[in-house]
Amino acid sequence: MSTDAMPMWLDLALSALVLLGASFALIGSVGLARLSQFFTRMHGPTKATTLGVGCVLVASSLWFSGRGEGVSLHELLVACFLFLTAPISAHMMARAALTLSPRHRPPLPGRGAQHASTDHSSQARHDQDP
Amino acid sequence: MLSFALPLATGMFALALLLNAWRLLRGPAMPDRILALDTLYVNSLALLILIGIRQDSTAYFEAALLISLLGFVSTVVLARFLARGDILR
Repeated sequence: MSTDAMPMWLDLALSALVLLGASFALIGSVGLARLSQFFTRMHGPTKATTLGVGCVLVASSLWFSGRGEGVSLHELLVACFLFLTAPISAHMMARAALTLSPRHRPPLPGRGAQHASTDHSSQARHDQDP
Repeated sequence: MLSFALPLATGMFALALLLNAWRLLRGPAMPDRILALDTLYVNSLALLILIGIRQDSTAYFEAALLISLLGFVSTVVLARFLARGDILR
């Protein structure tokens, strides 16, 4: 389908969705490249980039639905999968980073600061258990 | 309007891929590299979807689905290998 055969509102909506998605993905990647610590760097890709790719997938679904061959829902499948798996992979990466450097683990709430080191070691040992 | 927006969005995703590759090569620790790989596959998936819109072909969709599945599995396995030193036990 050429761009001329599309209605005006579909053209505008597709352009807005694609540009919005690209902006979100670019902002997430700039956050990944520019922020200072690993645990702050993780915010950009896991939230902004996922939202941007979701916008692009919705735009693709609209585009292939506008061809007159029925509604195209495949892209929403990928979007659902990404939105479900992004928090899981972020959680796994944060756990790996915490295991590699246990000094970044915050102290447990409601304890005195003098017990913090022993709590760290017991917590680290607890993480090793299956 | 879309003929103007698609090349611009493609360029922005290419810039995002360059930033991710920079973090992948530079990243001080291993979790940074895993995070950069994760972002890299998500951005390349969006780039494939954009190429599919541009060429008006649904063949790129299967590639995007495969990339999303295998990327998630590889990220989880890499993070688990870093955290436990073992994948299966």
